[in-house]
Amino acid sequence: MSEAVVRFRAVDKVFGSGADATKALDRIDLEIPKRAFVSLIGPSGCGKSTLLRLIGDLTRPNAGTIEVNGKSAHRARLDRDYGMVFQSPVLFDWRTVMRNVELPLEMSAIPKRARATRAQEMLALVELTGFERRYPWQLSGGMQQRVAIARALSFEPAILLMDEPFGALDEMTRERLNLELLRIWQQTGTTIVFVTHSIPEAVFLSTHVAVMSARPGRILDVIAVDLPQPRNDLTREDERYFGFITRVRERLRGGDAARPRAVEVAAS
Amino acid sequence: MSRIRYYAPAATLFVAVLVTWELLVSVLGIQQFLLPRPSAIAAAFVDHLDELATAGRNTLIEAVGGLAIGGVAALAVAGATARWTTASRTLLPFAIAANSVPIIAFAPIMNNWFGVLNPLSKMMVVAVLVFFPVMINTVRGLTLVEPGSLELMRSYAADELAVFLKVRIPNALPYIFTALRVSATLSLIGAIVAEYFGGARSVLGQFIITEAAFFRFANAWAAIIVASAASIAFFLIILALERVALPWHASARATDAL
Repeated sequence: MSEAVVRFRAVDKVFGSGADATKALDRIDLEIPKRAFVSLIGPSGCGKSTLLRLIGDLTRPNAGTIEVNGKSAHRARLDRDYGMVFQSPVLFDWRTVMRNVELPLEMSAIPKRARATRAQEMLALVELTGFERRYPWQLSGGMQQRVAIARALSFEPAILLMDEPFGALDEMTRERLNLELLRIWQQTGTTIVFVTHSIPEAVFLSTHVAVMSARPGRILDVIAVDLPQPRNDLTREDERYFGFITRVRERLRGGDAARPRAVEVAAS
Repeated sequence: MSRIRYYAPAATLFVAVLVTWELLVSVLGIQQFLLPRPSAIAAAFVDHLDELATAGRNTLIEAVGGLAIGGVAALAVAGATARWTTASRTLLPFAIAANSVPIIAFAPIMNNWFGVLNPLSKMMVVAVLVFFPVMINTVRGLTLVEPGSLELMRSYAADELAVFLKVRIPNALPYIFTALRVSATLSLIGAIVAEYFGGARSVLGQFIITEAAFFRFANAWAAIIVASAASIAFFLIILALERVALPWHASARATDAL
């Protein structure tokens, strides 16, 4: 068993109260090993975004415990252990690309020179060198999302939390950014938790796909995707790739309760 | 060249209106006190240039001073209401109620409080007049922040002050400048109307009512032209400030508009 970066124990999340209360997540047990790329997939309303937000301490559980890097999720947030990437890039219009990437470094009071160097490196990593002085609205949607990724990685967070980061992009941009994300993941060695609606995307990217069911949100199964690394365009033509897609799809369709609720992500 | 072509239709129309106005007044034999000819207004303008320039300057000072007083007060109140919910619950209802009061009705009171001849009495009318639009727009800009931005700052463990400085204030700046542009025009209206209720001789409002009282309407019209010019100049100054302060925003709008 390798070191777990994220550990959920019997986590419940309820929205609302009294008669209007809805159980968004029901007794979630989950372990995410270090350097893993875990995708959360499931129908709308299965609580996959909520699960991600719980890791990031953007919302609190009603029961159970969440540990991140061996401490509470709250402590981990205060220690700036997370990089977040949302579906929309959430860039600040009034800052240049460069200064957007520098934002988290400013929050950690990193000196100006070091910030600039680091931001340059990150922009090189997402292949946006030369766009430092542009404003976000001057970039395409895909480029904006790459800036958001550069920003999330700039302070070397232990965990990258991504909530449908490519959901609003066209298929071709999405596939290109998938490859780029994998390259970055390999280069930086961060742990990534990735929420998506797309089965092929989940299989292509992940070391583990957590399949979820809706109302109440549960983890039905965690499928270890042991396709060879590094993955590339050939992976998408691999027979086993399609095999995994079928497996995930079947698990999504047959969301039966007979399966054990508590699933552990096996060590990779 | 393309610039000349761009403005040509508007310039042509302007000249055409002046010529038609001139001709109609002569042909229909309209009395000078009802509608002076443009040439008569131009002559009056030249004759009273010194007087008009002084009056224009004094009125503009009242407008700018009033906008400064009202604007600063509005920003302070808006900052407080955006920061503390209690402040917003306490102050906003009064601010909204105050907005429906015809502010100009206070002009005689202000004259009484600050002195008819004191420019401060006109500035206070302007200040009260511009307070609401600036305040409400600032509150909007400070609070209508993309929720994602707040979550992002939260993920960086940012405190309230950092959120205020790095998100809320930059987000509010375009709203504030929009309010200031509207207020620039409003402040000249406020200053001149306040001057109608009494004031020093060398201000536009007093100049206009005095000349009108003596049926020297060409002079009154010349003063109106000065007032318009002052208003446009004030507006353009704010616009220029906006371009300097918000390069990202001004250029963004320029690309959108053209």
